[in-house]
Amino acid sequence: MESITILDNVEDKHIEELETVTIRFAGDSGDGMQLTGTQFTNTAAVVGNDISTLPDFPAEIRAPAGSLPGVSGFQLNFSNHDIRTPGDEPNVLVAMNPAALKVNIADLEPGGILITNTDAFSENNLKKAGYQSNPLDDGSLSGYRLFKLPITTLNRAALRDAVKLSSKDVDRCKNFWALGMMYWLYDRPLEPTQRWIQGKFKNQELQTANLTALKAGFAYAEAAEIFTTHYRVRRAAIAPGKYRNITGNEATALGFVAASVLAKRPLFYASYPITPASDILHELAIHKNFGVKTFQAEDEIAAMCAAIGASFTGNLGLTGTSGPGLALKSEAIGLAVMTELPVVIIDVQRGGPSTGLPTKTEQADLLQAMFGRNGECPVAIVAPATPADCFHMAVEAFRIATRHMLPVIYLSDGYLANGAEPWLLPKMDELPRFEVKLATNAEGFNPYNRDPETLARPWAVPGTPNLEHRIGGIEKEDITGNVSYEPENHMHMVLTRAEKVARIAYDIPDVEVFGEPEGRLLVIGWGSTYGSITSAVEEMQRSGKSVSSIHLRYLNPFPSNLGEILGRFDRVLIPELNLGQLAMLLRARYLVPAVSFPKVKGKPFKISELTAKMNELYED
Amino acid sequence: MSTDANIPTNGGGSQAPPVKLTRKDFVSDQEVRWCPGCGDYSILAQIQKVMPELGIKRENTVFVSGIGCSSRFPYYMNTYGFHSIHGRAPAIATGIKASNPDLSVWVITGDGDALSIGGNHLIHMIRRNLDINIILFNNRIYGLTKGQYSPTSEFGKKTKSTPYGVIDYPLNPLSVALAAEATFVGRSVDTFTSHLQKVVERAMHHKGVSFVEVYQNCNIFNDHAFDMFTDRGVRDDAMIEIEHGKPLVFGKEHNRGIRIRNSDMHLEVVALGDEISESDLIVHDEKAPDSYLAYMLARMEYPDYPVPIGVFRDITKPTYEDMLAGQIKTATEKMGPGNLEKLINAGDTWVIE
Ligand SMILES: Cc1ncc(C[n+]2csc(CCOP(=O)(O)OP(=O)(O)O)c2C)c(N)n1
Repeated sequence: MESITILDNVEDKHIEELETVTIRFAGDSGDGMQLTGTQFTNTAAVVGNDISTLPDFPAEIRAPAGSLPGVSGFQLNFSNHDIRTPGDEPNVLVAMNPAALKVNIADLEPGGILITNTDAFSENNLKKAGYQSNPLDDGSLSGYRLFKLPITTLNRAALRDAVKLSSKDVDRCKNFWALGMMYWLYDRPLEPTQRWIQGKFKNQELQTANLTALKAGFAYAEAAEIFTTHYRVRRAAIAPGKYRNITGNEATALGFVAASVLAKRPLFYASYPITPASDILHELAIHKNFGVKTFQAEDEIAAMCAAIGASFTGNLGLTGTSGPGLALKSEAIGLAVMTELPVVIIDVQRGGPSTGLPTKTEQADLLQAMFGRNGECPVAIVAPATPADCFHMAVEAFRIATRHMLPVIYLSDGYLANGAEPWLLPKMDELPRFEVKLATNAEGFNPYNRDPETLARPWAVPGTPNLEHRIGGIEKEDITGNVSYEPENHMHMVLTRAEKVARIAYDIPDVEVFGEPEGRLLVIGWGSTYGSITSAVEEMQRSGKSVSSIHLRYLNPFPSNLGEILGRFDRVLIPELNLGQLAMLLRARYLVPAVSFPKVKGKPFKISELTAKMNELYED
Repeated sequence: MSTDANIPTNGGGSQAPPVKLTRKDFVSDQEVRWCPGCGDYSILAQIQKVMPELGIKRENTVFVSGIGCSSRFPYYMNTYGFHSIHGRAPAIATGIKASNPDLSVWVITGDGDALSIGGNHLIHMIRRNLDINIILFNNRIYGLTKGQYSPTSEFGKKTKSTPYGVIDYPLNPLSVALAAEATFVGRSVDTFTSHLQKVVERAMHHKGVSFVEVYQNCNIFNDHAFDMFTDRGVRDDAMIEIEHGKPLVFGKEHNRGIRIRNSDMHLEVVALGDEISESDLIVHDEKAPDSYLAYMLARMEYPDYPVPIGVFRDITKPTYEDMLAGQIKTATEKMGPGNLEKLINAGDTWVIE
């Protein structure tokens, strides 16, 4: 990569140092806010800030322009130190129209910077957003530092002589104008975005238009003296190494490609499109040169079955979906349990039940993953903690599936999927190795012979001479795999399948305690709540309180040392984006009086919500 | 460690000794447990008989089924087998064939399994033209669940679940397959052993999806369902064996035929004689690029028409698995074999010292 001038050493008397800034860009779903946010994120990351993002977009492709349901937002937090969340309250809100203002203003911190595009505050748009009077003029925004800028007009003026484009195309560049302005305000370089524009727009006019808009916004902010100060957030003191910015879905896809390379088995991904899992299909479809086969199935049942078929032939059979799709897959997951084939099922959870909140996050599929099948049907479950952790847990999912010969559910969620953070790139020799053996020896072969340690059966794939055998969903006689309705055998097999999952506990790391190993309050999290919980616990620790936390990336089985840790604390708190599913499991399993702290709003926890609850329980 | 995607292919190409296999080699050690007199026995026997003729190795053969009496089939074949869940065999077979094109993949299914619960998977597997052989055992009843009507049961039929008669209109399996753009479509009868062998053999040699409907008697819940046209005494006049390039002639005396009526373009049964000769009849063309004629023939039903058996369609189109492998090849030629280190390090990166 070309080097970028970082202005850390430049003297500028109007510049103010900040540690952390949270910006939210909000506009109509056609305004390009996701792109604007992503560009700002990349630039902040590339110049060395720590970052964390929260995209928030409507489920409708294009809700009516200017309407409240059509508002699209992108929040990002960038910092000179290690951060783990996209920030509780934005310090800055960029509102491209009245609807965006209406939807987001309540979140802006008191006294925060509010930048508005006055051109969009027409009578019509105000009405669509449900405003009786223009909030820009009626004093209702006096608690904020309000900047009223005619962004559409200024952008048009900047492009008038520069390009020959329709006014519609010109207006579409206004998000880059706004971005340029924000780059000046937060002292970020233009180069990374300029390079992106040059790569993206092959049409010369469009390229020039977007570049001009970006520069014009920057120049305007610098020259017009509307902002008395601008701000600098220095590069973060985070672990040394090479980084790139990555979303959870990208990391998931790359992790599964890596699993294929490490296992030396081809990857076969079968999926039916569903938000927020579709990007994994898109990403994997690109990597055909790794031998990755992607199959867009006719539905989730077919996708699950095709993955099973691929696993039967010795491929890494993988399928991915979101909650409603996992429901469809359940019968076939049972088949994978019965046939003891290594398959991985990705569930990028979203708000439910039913189609629920397609673009919003939730963690409410845990019990579905755990129990949502007929019969005694245990599967292993893993859950990544952060966008970058998705890479590692994806590899882990197949390591477990192939070593133990069973299906593994990989529980991600909408917030992890779309959220981004800097990823400390792993070195090749640090990647886990796992050896995958296919059965070849006919001597003494039986399809349900078991490895004494893991109880895994041999992976004997079609094409191997003299290992011909039949498997299926009907109960198997142990060892031979023949159909058996024998009562004793059935009980034995039910117990064996449960034992297989239980034995994974010997093969996964102990869970680590963040903070003191014993004390007053233990907070337990799983999945994407890692960032908020850890930050909140850190805050409690800084104020001298005896609070520790653990984060579970292995949900079935639980790590071996979990029960023992639970016993060392007076109180246990479990914040979850559901009504207490993990809490239910832990209470049942370890008989701890854990307190559940549920939130089901389609949004991640704020640090402040968590510290408030922790304080309450701490004093209790 | 090498980070190149140097991934071995599956072991399809093993070297078996050049001994000629026999029917016995394809018989598994499992006891066959169909009702005595079931048509499934004959179909099993015919397939076991032709397997050695087809020259495919046992280890490279996979039978996949759903759920139903017929779907027990894979247990009885001494090959690889997968007895899966109701209706989903086509989807599992798709995963098997797409992930390892070297395998000879067979789907064994019933009328309920294929056309009711699995209808969706069936049409999609067919339209993708994977090189998979589907054998649909059509007994026009649910056998395993003991006698409910199926999607191919006749309108008005009284069964356990329809004491007042079936009020759903039946599906014609061949019409479904043709509408889904099947590249090979055939039909035979469980008791027509040599005909059945011939059609199965043709299906196997077809590169692409092949769909074979087999009329199969269920002597417990739907006995004699096909007798009115398959019985020895009537079949010459009630059935017609269609053959590529031959005019559609039938009847004990070879004195009747099928032609297209000019006035409304419908099929018409005619008597051959002074006025109408063989040259007026339809000449069966299984290679026709469009499926109009095959579709018309597939719709011929007793007693208005003789029931056709044979190969209705056999055309060539690229297969899904070949095109998928082709895309992988092209991508690898263009981008080079996947390199994990490069993949991880792609895009904008930065270094923190
Ligand atoms: C999900 C599910 N639903 C229902 C069943 C019950 N069931 C088993 S076989 C069958 C119908 C089988 O009929 P057909 O496919 O015609 O096969 P046959 O038994 O006649 O060979 C049904 C409904 C099942 N096993 N699974």
